[in-house]
Amino acid sequence: MARKDTVNALIRRGVSAKVSEAIANAGFKIGDLKKTPFEILTKIISEEDAQDLLDKIGAKKIHLEEIKTTPKKPVDEVVEEKPVKRPKKRRKDLIIPKKVKEFTKDEKDIIKIIEKMGKRLPRAILVELAAKSAEHKLKGTELKNIVELVVNEYHKHLVDPNESVGIVSAQSIGEPGTQMTMRTFHYAGVAEISVTLGLPRLIEIVDARRIPSTPMMTIYLKEELKDSADEARRVASSIEMTVLLDVAKVETDLGNMQIVVKPDKKKLKNKNITLDQIVSALKKERRLKAVLEKQGQNVVLKPEEASFRKLQQTFEIVRDSKIKGVDGIKKAVIRKGDEGYVIYTEGSNLAKMLELDDVDHVKTTTNSITEVFNVLGIEAARNSIIDEASHTLSEQGLTVDIRHIMLVADMMTNDGDVKAIGRHGISGRKSSVLARAAFEITSSHLLKAGISGEIDSLDGVAENIIVGQPVTVGTGAVNLIYSPGQESKKKEE
Amino acid sequence: MIRRGVSKRIHGIRFAQLSPDEIRRMSAVKVITADTYDDDGFPIEMGLMDPHMGVIEPGLRCKACGAKVDDCPGHFGHIDLAMPVIHVGYVKEIKRLLQASCRECGRLLLTSSQIEEEEELREMLEEFGGDLGDLEALMKRTAKDASVRTVCPHCSAEQLKITLDKPTTFREEGHKLTPKEVRERLERIPEEDLPPLGMNPDVSRPEWMVLTALPVPPVTVRPSITLESGDRSEDDLTHKLVDVLRINQRLRENRDSGAPQLIVEDLWELLQYHVTTYFDNQTSGIPPARHRSGRPLKTLVQRLKGKEGRFRSNLSGKRVNFSARTVISPDPMLSINEVGIPWEAARELTIPIRVNDFNMDIVREFVLRGPEPIGDLGEYVPGVNYVIREDGRRIKITDKNAETVAENIDIGQIVERQLTDGDIVLFNRQPSLHRMSMMAHKIRVMKHKTFRFNLSVCPPYNADFDGDEMNLHVLQSPEAIAEGRILMLVQENILSPRFGGPVIGGIHDYISGAFMLTHNNPTFSRSETATLLSRIGVENWPKPVKVDGEERWQGKDLFSLCLPKDLNMVFQASICNHCDMCLKDKCEIGAHVNIKDGKLVYGTIDENAVGAFKGRILEKIAREMGADEARIFIEKAIRLAVSTIMIKGFSTSIDDEDIPLDARNQIEEMLKQAVDKVRGYVEAYNKGELEAMPGRSLEETLEVEAMRVLGKARDDAGQIAGRYLGLENSAVIMARSGARGSMLNLSQMAGCIGQQAVRGGRLSRGYTDRTLPHFKKGDLGADAKGFVRSSYKKGLTPTEYFFHSMGGREGLVDTAVRTSRSGYMQRRLINALEDLKVIEDGTVRNTADTVIQFSFGEDSVDPARSIRGKPVDIDDIFFQVMKKGKGGES
Repeated sequence: MARKDTVNALIRRGVSAKVSEAIANAGFKIGDLKKTPFEILTKIISEEDAQDLLDKIGAKKIHLEEIKTTPKKPVDEVVEEKPVKRPKKRRKDLIIPKKVKEFTKDEKDIIKIIEKMGKRLPRAILVELAAKSAEHKLKGTELKNIVELVVNEYHKHLVDPNESVGIVSAQSIGEPGTQMTMRTFHYAGVAEISVTLGLPRLIEIVDARRIPSTPMMTIYLKEELKDSADEARRVASSIEMTVLLDVAKVETDLGNMQIVVKPDKKKLKNKNITLDQIVSALKKERRLKAVLEKQGQNVVLKPEEASFRKLQQTFEIVRDSKIKGVDGIKKAVIRKGDEGYVIYTEGSNLAKMLELDDVDHVKTTTNSITEVFNVLGIEAARNSIIDEASHTLSEQGLTVDIRHIMLVADMMTNDGDVKAIGRHGISGRKSSVLARAAFEITSSHLLKAGISGEIDSLDGVAENIIVGQPVTVGTGAVNLIYSPGQESKKKEE
Repeated sequence: MIRRGVSKRIHGIRFAQLSPDEIRRMSAVKVITADTYDDDGFPIEMGLMDPHMGVIEPGLRCKACGAKVDDCPGHFGHIDLAMPVIHVGYVKEIKRLLQASCRECGRLLLTSSQIEEEEELREMLEEFGGDLGDLEALMKRTAKDASVRTVCPHCSAEQLKITLDKPTTFREEGHKLTPKEVRERLERIPEEDLPPLGMNPDVSRPEWMVLTALPVPPVTVRPSITLESGDRSEDDLTHKLVDVLRINQRLRENRDSGAPQLIVEDLWELLQYHVTTYFDNQTSGIPPARHRSGRPLKTLVQRLKGKEGRFRSNLSGKRVNFSARTVISPDPMLSINEVGIPWEAARELTIPIRVNDFNMDIVREFVLRGPEPIGDLGEYVPGVNYVIREDGRRIKITDKNAETVAENIDIGQIVERQLTDGDIVLFNRQPSLHRMSMMAHKIRVMKHKTFRFNLSVCPPYNADFDGDEMNLHVLQSPEAIAEGRILMLVQENILSPRFGGPVIGGIHDYISGAFMLTHNNPTFSRSETATLLSRIGVENWPKPVKVDGEERWQGKDLFSLCLPKDLNMVFQASICNHCDMCLKDKCEIGAHVNIKDGKLVYGTIDENAVGAFKGRILEKIAREMGADEARIFIEKAIRLAVSTIMIKGFSTSIDDEDIPLDARNQIEEMLKQAVDKVRGYVEAYNKGELEAMPGRSLEETLEVEAMRVLGKARDDAGQIAGRYLGLENSAVIMARSGARGSMLNLSQMAGCIGQQAVRGGRLSRGYTDRTLPHFKKGDLGADAKGFVRSSYKKGLTPTEYFFHSMGGREGLVDTAVRTSRSGYMQRRLINALEDLKVIEDGTVRNTADTVIQFSFGEDSVDPARSIRGKPVDIDDIFFQVMKKGKGGES
C-alpha cells in the first residue's frame, strides 16, 4: 500500500536500503517484482543489484520476450475465494439521495472566477458565497472582487505543512474532558429514555465499544406519516418488543404439571395485542416443547415430558418469549419535534428498522457505531463517530472544532473497520516498537520485537523522544541548513 | 557537551535476540561467585561486582576498558547455567512452536504447499501494508492450523498433545518435558519453517528462548549504595543474581556428583524459579521473590514497565537542567507575555553564549562582572556563572577569578550568562492538557520569590493563586529561542486551536471593570480621566461632554482608546436578554455593541467583548490585526478596567442578596405549594392512584414528578428573587456581565437552594427506608428526600445541611474520578494520533505514509485560524465591502 511498507518488506528480505528505496520510489511492489522483466529492473538499478534483488525475494528472472508469451497468472485468486456477502435482496423503493448536487448558475459563475485565479474553494463556502452574492445582486467586477477576497481569505486560513494536527486534535478533544460530567442523563425532551452522556459516552465512542451502554435509536417516519400521531403510535407499538411477561401473568401449576398464562386485559388493549396473537407467538417459539391449549381467557401449556425440570425450563421460555416487536427494542416513545413525530427507542436494531416500510430510511439513526458499521459500512461508521462525538461534546456546552473529531474518526476507520483508540486498537498496531513499548504492555512488545527482528525506523514522535532526537513533526520536520559557501558562489556568478 | 556543526540522526534500531554464543562473546567476565565484596570491601574477582563489569566508585578504573566512572558505560558479564531454563517472556511462543512443529523431525506441521501458501499470503499482507495486528493474526492462524495435525506430513510421526502448565512447565500428554528436552525440540525446527510462525531466522533461533547462558548486566545498571553506617546495600537485581548463582552452583555440584534425580530436578526447578523472577517478578502463578523486609523485588520487567518504569519516566520524559519551579502570584502591571522571576532564580539560570569576533568585548564585560553583580541603584545586573573552555572544561566564575577569566576569553569558548530582562523562557503549569499549557514568556527579573504573570494568562494555564506552582525552562540554543519567540510566545497563542476563539482575555474584575466603564456610558471627571489615561499611557484626550456645565469624559470614548483604528463590528453583549425584537442601538441595557472605525458607538463591554473564551473584540483583533495588536488591546483594556473599578469601587456582601419581605413570603408560599404538590403525588402513589408514565414503574414516575416539581420550585424562587436584583447590584453585575458566578448562584443565595441529588435522583439512602432518623420510615415527601427550602443567606436546618453535604460529596468524588478517567483517555488519544501530520501536498499521513485524510478536516483549514469553525467569514467580508462601497459613494 504505502511506499514505506514496500521498503520495509524489502529490507526485511535482506535487500540493501538503497536498492529498496530505488525500487519503491519507482513505484514497484513486491508482487510486481516477480512479474517484472529483468530489463526494466536494470533501468532502475544496476544489473548485479537486480540479480541480487530477485534472488532475495525468490523470484525468477523474466525477460521481456517471455512475458509476452506467458499467459497472465491471476494473482488475485486467493482473495476471490472468499464468498462476498451480499444483501439478500435489493429493495427498489429505497430512497437513495443523489450524491452530488448540480451546481447552480450562480455557483458556476463563481467557479469560473476561481478557476481563473488558479485556486480552489471548498464547496460549502462556494454555496454560501453564491447565496450571499445573489442576495446582494452582485455582478461583474463587484462579484469578482468579493470572490477574490473570499478565496484569498480562505487560503490564508489553511493549515501549514508539517503541522502536527494529530497532537492538536487529541489535545483539543482531551482537554475539555476534565470539564465534563460523569453522570447518565435523560435525553433532552425524552424523559423516559436515559442516555449515557458526558465523559463516559466520549470514552465509549473512542473505545469503539461493540454495544454502547445505552443503545438508542431515533426513528423518523416517512414523509406522509410523520404528522400523524396515530401512525407514529402504531409504528412505535409495532416495533417495541413485548415479551409475554409484559402483558400476562405466568404461573406454574405444580398440581397439574402445567403452566398457565393469564393475560392482563388492560395491558393487552394498551399494547394492541389479542389472545390469538399470544397463542401464535408461542406456537412459533421453537425452543418450546409443550402442548398448547386455549382455556377461556387463559393459555395453558403442558410440557411434553412431565418433570419439574422441564416445567421450570418451559416456564422460563414462556415468560421471555417475544409476542411482537423488533429484537432489541426495549422501549419506544413518540415525541413531536419540529419535523413531525419522531420515535425514540431504548435499544437498537438498525438492520431491522431499515426493513420497515413506514420508516424514513435516510434520517433514521442509532447511536451504536458498530451497528452502523455493520449495516451501512465504514464511511457511515465514520460519520456516526463524528456525529456522536460532536453531539456529546456540544451537549456539554463545549466547543470543539469538528475537524479534530473528523481526524479521530478517520484514524479509527482508516483501514476499513472500526478500531479503538488504545492498546487493542491503533496504539497496539503502530509500526514502531519503542512507541508501543512506551505506551502499554512494555515487556511483551520488546520481547516480540526480538524474535521477529523488527526494525524501528524512528519515524514517529515517541521513538525520537526516546532516543533523544528532534521529532519529525512541526519545526522538527524541516531540515534547513545555511551553507555560506553557496551564497558567495552565487554572488560570484 | 559542545555540539559541532554536524548533526547525525539514528536511522533505525534493529531488535534481535541474544544467542548464548553472543552472550558469552560480549561478556567481559564469567561470573561464578555468588558474593559481591570481600571483608576488606574490595569486589571479588569473578563475583557479581567484578570490576570488569564497570565501576561505580569515583577514582577507580574499569578493568575492561580502563575508563573512569562517567566514561565507562559498563560491560556485561555472564553466568553459564548448569542446566537450561526457560525464558518466561517467551513461554507463549515456545508453546506455539512446540505445538506447531513435529516432535520427531522438527518441521512445521503443514504440507510444503501449505507453507508456501502461507508465505505468499504473508507477502501479500506486507505488500498491502498490513499492520502488526494483521500479521500476528495470520501467524496465529498458521500456528493453529499446524497444531491441529496429529500426524506429521513430512515424517509421518504421530504428534502428542502439548500443554502448558503455567508459568513455565510443558507437558506432553501429562508427561513433563524438561527445558532440556524442549530446547532439543526447538533446535530441530529448520530455518525455513520459522517465518510462517512469526520468527525471523536472521535474528533469532527458537532454541535461544531456552537459556543456557544468562547475561549479567553491568554494575552501573545495578549500583550498590553505601549507607551512612558504612554498610553496603545491594541493588535488587544483584540480590536476584546472587540467588541464581547460588542455586546454579548447587545444581552443578549435585549433578556432577551424581545426586539422585529427584534432588537435581528440585534444584533445577528452583533455578527456573529464580531466573523467572529475575526477569519478571510479577509472573502469575508463582510467588514474587521478596526482599528481607518483605518488599517484592523490582526485577527487569518491573524496571521497564508502568508509569514509574524506564520507558515512561526516564525515556519519554526526562528531568532537565535550566529549569525552575516556584509558587505563582499575580501582577497586573506585567505585559501578558512577561513573567516575573525572582533574583535568585535568574542568577542560577543561564543562557550559553558562544564567543565570536563580534561579541567578544560584550562577553568579556559580562564575565568581568562576576557571578553576583549589583547595579548602582541596587538593581539586578546579569553576571556569568561558568565559562566553558574549548576543551570542554567548565570554569566556575567567582569574584576572585572573574578578571583573569575575562582576560582569557577567546573565540569558541562558551559563556553561561545569567538571565536578564527580555530573555525568552518557557512557562508551564501541569497538567499540560493542551499546547497553551506551555508558552514562551519574556523575563522580568523582580524582587521577591514567586513567579508573577498577568492575570489574563490564567485561563490557558488554568492557574489560580491559591498556592499553585509553575515550572520555567530556559531556552538554550538560538534555534529554540527563535522558535519560542515566533511560535510559542503568549500572544501567538491567544486563539485556541480547539475552537478558533481566544483563550486569553479578561477574567473576573477585568470584566466587571469594563462593564462599569461602559454600561450606560458613565462620565468621568477630569481627575478621574487623568488617572484612567495614565494607566494606558494615552496623552490625546478624547473630546469631553458638558454635563451641568462641567467637562466630563464618556466611558465609551475612554474605552475606544484601546481599540485599533479600523475596527468595525456589531455583536450582542453577555447581558443581552435575547428579546424577540432587538432594538439595536436603542437597547435599554446596552446589550447591543456597535463599534465603528475603532470607536465604541454604543453598548456595554462585558464577557462577550473581552472575556477569555468568549471575547469577540479580542478574537477579531487577534485574527485580523495580528498577535501583537491583540496583546496591546488586552493590556490596555484590562488596565483601563482595573483603574475604573478602583475609581468607582466595587464590592459585594451579604446585603446584595437582600430581598424585600413580601418577596420572601412569596417564595415561602410558592415553596409550600410545591412541597404540597409533591405530597399530593406521594399520597396518590400510596393509594395506588398514581398513573405510571409509559415505560416506567410507579416509583420512577413518582421520583420524576417530584424532581420536576421541586426543580421548577427552585427556578421560580430564583425568578421571584431575581425581580428584586437589578443591575445596580454588584453580585448581579458579576453574574450578568460574566465576570463570576451565575444567576443560579444568586437565586440559591437569595431564594432557595433546591433539591439535592445523588446519582441524578433524590436522596434515598442512609437508614432503613429513610434518609435520616428525623423522618418517618417510608416518608417520600420533599423534605425527607433532600429538598432544601432554605437559601444560603437564611441558613440551612440541620437536616438540610446534611443533605447538602451529601450532594456536595458526590461532586467531589465525581471530580476525582473524572480527572483520572479523562487523563487516561487523553493519553490514549495522544498516543494514537501523535504521529499524524499534514505533509506538503496537504494530506494527513501517519509514519507508515498511509493517508489518513486527503485534506485535513475536509477543507484543510487550520481550526486556530478559522472563524469559530468556519473557513471564511463571508458575512464580514460582505459587511466590510458594502461599507467601503457606501463610503466611496457618499
